Amino acid sequence: MSSLEGVPQRSRGRRKLGDRLVRVIAWAAASVGIGAMVWIIVEVVRRGAGAWNWDFFSKMPTAAGAPGGGILNAIVGTLLITGIAALMGIPAGFFAGVYLAEYGRNGRVASTIRLIGNVMMGVPSIIVGVFAYAVVVAPMGHFSAFAGGVALAIIMLPVMARTSEDILNLVPNELRESALAMGASRWRATLGVVVRAARSGLLTAGILAVVRVSGETAPLLLTVLNNNFWSSDIGRPMANMTVTIYQYANTPYADLQQKAWGASLLIIVGVLGANLLVRLIMQRGKEW
Amino acid sequence: MVALTVALIAQAWPSIARFGARFLWTARWDVNKQLFGGLTSIYGTLATTLIAMVIAVPLALVIALLLVELAHPLVSRIVGTAIELLAAIPSIIFGMWGAFVLVPLMQNHVQPAIQRTPLGKLPLFTGPPFGIGVLTAGLILFLMVLPFITAVSRDVLRMVPQVVKEAGYGMGSTTWEVTRRISLRYGLSGIVGAVFLGLGRAVGETMAVAYVIGSSHRFRISWFEPGYTIASNLANEFAEAGSSLHRSAMVELALILFAMTIVFQLLAYAWLRRVRSHTGGRA
Repeated sequence: MSSLEGVPQRSRGRRKLGDRLVRVIAWAAASVGIGAMVWIIVEVVRRGAGAWNWDFFSKMPTAAGAPGGGILNAIVGTLLITGIAALMGIPAGFFAGVYLAEYGRNGRVASTIRLIGNVMMGVPSIIVGVFAYAVVVAPMGHFSAFAGGVALAIIMLPVMARTSEDILNLVPNELRESALAMGASRWRATLGVVVRAARSGLLTAGILAVVRVSGETAPLLLTVLNNNFWSSDIGRPMANMTVTIYQYANTPYADLQQKAWGASLLIIVGVLGANLLVRLIMQRGKEW
Repeated sequence: MVALTVALIAQAWPSIARFGARFLWTARWDVNKQLFGGLTSIYGTLATTLIAMVIAVPLALVIALLLVELAHPLVSRIVGTAIELLAAIPSIIFGMWGAFVLVPLMQNHVQPAIQRTPLGKLPLFTGPPFGIGVLTAGLILFLMVLPFITAVSRDVLRMVPQVVKEAGYGMGSTTWEVTRRISLRYGLSGIVGAVFLGLGRAVGETMAVAYVIGSSHRFRISWFEPGYTIASNLANEFAEAGSSLHRSAMVELALILFAMTIVFQLLAYAWLRRVRSHTGGRA
């Protein structure tokens, strides 16, 4: 110690104190994040569980304010709209991912596509809604479930492309090389060997893409609107859960507000459940 | 992307031609007289984003530090998963929680408490405590961007080579000193990238904000007053816009928001690439 006399230095005690202080702050910050998550989930479960009964899932809505009824049309509508989106977004995203991982690799075209994909993932969903309005709703002249499907598919596309690329990159190169050495053509090696080896991962990618859009509301407000009645015509406005939540929450009726919480609970169970499922599949997939 | 840009510009053109650059600093939004200005929405977007980022960035950094350096690996995995699940909660659920849980809390406790302190004298914190408004929206946005910034900062801190850190410990530094003087400097450009990613998220968040912002076109500086953000304005009025000029003005707002997010994203990836190039890892 004495040899360093004259050199300005903080005492060891103060340095250790600073270190401990940061540790406490870090734990406090993490508690804020985790606490908020737990709080939100607890509130949704507490307020939403009361809405869950057989009618909630199996009946149509009653007139505003009249008790009873359910949100069957909204549940079916959400499934339909998400289904339309998945039919368009998942295959397109999958092939984009195959291109990036197997053909484009590190070339300039692939890097540009990758950057555009990353930027697209950050574009707010409401902007995608405005776009879908401009290219589907405006030319058709009315709001429709199909337009909502297009909006959600645009959101899914980069998510699907990115995850499938990551997963295909995990497939060992030896597999590709052996397939090619056996005389398989490039596309057979890709689809028959590489994709097959990665299928559980690709399934996860699909689930992730669907989960990503299942809670989306903003683009639907601009494309599908909502519908109080039964509709399975994808060329017309259709009931869906998220817009229903938003509209019910803005009514003064306690009964409808409770239904909004019930629908929120349904969404959160789906989203968090699927997320945990994906984690499980991924963990098993690490064995390669 | 190109299609998106072209479609937005084409739809916004009537409004751009009619109002010109004045659109950016006019607050008047009068549907009956067909006069539109974006100031209230633009101010709301910037103010809520500012509040969210000022709180989220330092917290995200210390959480990332906790995950990488301080906590036991197992604890770190559990905490990390919990924070990631926070990111998975849809915007609309944050909105429900915000409107029915956070707003009453702000109204009855937080906002009166702020007004009792000297801060209450600032124009930012004047007005009746309604619970809704810019401040509440900013707080919800903070919770929503926290996981994103945390995740990217964590990856950046992980890319700092072990050797460099060990050299620091070898000199007798404490964990905090190694982090502050070595890891943070090493990963600085990556952390800047993480901040821009978070910014891109915050400006475009829609539903959660729509629940608590108060939906008012009148321009007020105070954060306790109801206002609007671009995204929440679009969510509430777009589908009901009666005239084509009204709709065109909304698309012009969308275009402004789109430009903001693109700029933030590109800056983010440019900074993240810098980190990658001098550590060799993948950000």
